[in-house]
Amino acid sequence: MTAVAQAPAPAPQSSGKDRRNKARPRTPAEWVMLILAILGALAIVFPMLLLLLNAFKSPQDYANSGPLDLPQALSFEGITTFWETQNFPRALWNSIFISTMVAIIAVVVSVLNSFAIGIGRVRGRTWIVLVFLMANLVPQEMLFDPLFRLYDDLGLLSNPWSVILTFVVIQSAFGTYLLSSLLGTFPKEILEAASVDGATRWRTLRSVIVPIVRPTLSVLMVFFFIWTWNEFLLPLAFLNTSDSLTVPLLLEQLNGERQTDTTTLIAGTLISIIPTIIFFLIFQRTLTRGITAGAVK
Amino acid sequence: MTSTPQRTRTRRADEAARIPQRGGGKLGYWLYLIPGALLVGLVIFYPIVRNVRLSFFHWRGGRAEESFAGLDNWIALFGDQEFLQSFKNIILVIIAMVIVPTLLGLIVAALLFDVVGRRFGARLSSFLRATYYLPQILPIAVAGVMFSWILKPNSDGVLNQFLTTLTGSEVEINWLGGQYSTAMASVMVLMIWIQIGYPVVIFMAALQRVDPQLYEAAELDGANWFQRFRAITLPMIQPEVFVVALTTTIAALKVFAPVFILTGGGPSKSTYVPSFYAYQEFIRGTDKGYAATIASAITILVVVVAIIFIRVQNRAERKDA
Repeated sequence: MTAVAQAPAPAPQSSGKDRRNKARPRTPAEWVMLILAILGALAIVFPMLLLLLNAFKSPQDYANSGPLDLPQALSFEGITTFWETQNFPRALWNSIFISTMVAIIAVVVSVLNSFAIGIGRVRGRTWIVLVFLMANLVPQEMLFDPLFRLYDDLGLLSNPWSVILTFVVIQSAFGTYLLSSLLGTFPKEILEAASVDGATRWRTLRSVIVPIVRPTLSVLMVFFFIWTWNEFLLPLAFLNTSDSLTVPLLLEQLNGERQTDTTTLIAGTLISIIPTIIFFLIFQRTLTRGITAGAVK
Repeated sequence: MTSTPQRTRTRRADEAARIPQRGGGKLGYWLYLIPGALLVGLVIFYPIVRNVRLSFFHWRGGRAEESFAGLDNWIALFGDQEFLQSFKNIILVIIAMVIVPTLLGLIVAALLFDVVGRRFGARLSSFLRATYYLPQILPIAVAGVMFSWILKPNSDGVLNQFLTTLTGSEVEINWLGGQYSTAMASVMVLMIWIQIGYPVVIFMAALQRVDPQLYEAAELDGANWFQRFRAITLPMIQPEVFVVALTTTIAALKVFAPVFILTGGGPSKSTYVPSFYAYQEFIRGTDKGYAATIASAITILVVVVAIIFIRVQNRAERKDA
């Protein structure tokens, strides 16, 4: 226990002061609080554990056993039914394609915007940031009918680019806000040096500024990816053919079909969660650190 | 009120003068705003203008003629029982998405930081933090389908199976479609489950700012956990509490997916929220002008709430300074 406790270094307080503190034995009250914190965490993962427990039951087994019982025998019936009736790989690809494109393009747009606002300090920049932030404030039901008709006219319905175009704008609102205040404090000496060396603006942006803020840009990309992956209302409105569905839309459609067998639905839900879990495990640190980036100026 | 932004703006302008400029002065920078401006104009402001204009018309959609309605739609809105009901539900949504997660988040963050992190190790506390955060990155639609499985009305539902085992007699409660109370409560539980991780992560990051000696000194002076929480934790993370309240309130006003997936607005439209109502009216309603009015009203409300929050925050910051 103590070995685990002393191993990590990131917390600033694990220095000399901390050791003195740890020397004191843990009180019963502290154990109770630890158990409370663990119980809370268990309550959070409980629904997902239930999925795992029930996804491998055959329909008969599911009907005859309780939700907390272990499956009598490992059955892949639900999973195979889901796999055969739904085009999950296609939905997975759609989700990956849309989210990746949005992550990349939205970061590019955010950088261009914030270069003018944060470095260029164009006139009325406070208002310009507010104008961009409107994309974050506006409820999506305000957008969906006019955009539906616009994309219909452009022949973009059920085309991933309708969703990509829309979410590039919505995500880059946050990116513009965050990067503008970051670039507003960009060291002037570096810009001066670049200027003395004869670098043009475009070159300064590409070869000086972007490499320096790259860590922030990658955090933004991770978040844009996840946020876009999770979107529901506008993809629901724009993507209507079965070939164009994203993962959340596919699962929602399966849930809406009355004849869907419960074990198939459980298996489908479990499979739909897996990409998120993988992503979570890879980017756990980025996520928990990044979420606080824009919180307090 | 207006004088403060004015002052900061001129001060920043002075700073800007010292930044080196090449070629066409500031004019060249505007070029970089062109793609972003075109996109935001097309995707955000075109729909806003179009819907606000449409809110003064009756329109059946498609090829039908628009007919000027004046303020008809806006007047009708305030007497519309479904709209008013959807706003009553928003209060419950705010409880489930703002108030409960913020309070629980405060307690969990303080527990994880002050007790688990300091007394049982930072690794355990960051593992627990990650667990609380997990629902935040799950697609709401997927979480919603998971909950609707648990709450299925027949004996297929997990909750009903639990209760059957517990009571010994067959329980088949229609949680989502049976009555307003259980349907709305279910939606609220899902929202709390989704939201809790957000304040936990933000508050824990805020606590990193606090000098750990402060806690130790308080501990040596005999302050118990709750006294430390009230005297140190709360005042220190007040700015973050504010930010969490602002962002989650705005999210609550716009909430859509949990209602769409769990209850579909039912039973008999009782769990409508404004977003869902606008969506339904656009899809199934006979007057898109009225749907546009609902959407415009929500937009105005969100913008007003955001402005109020930011002004209050500015005032609080000035008082601190």
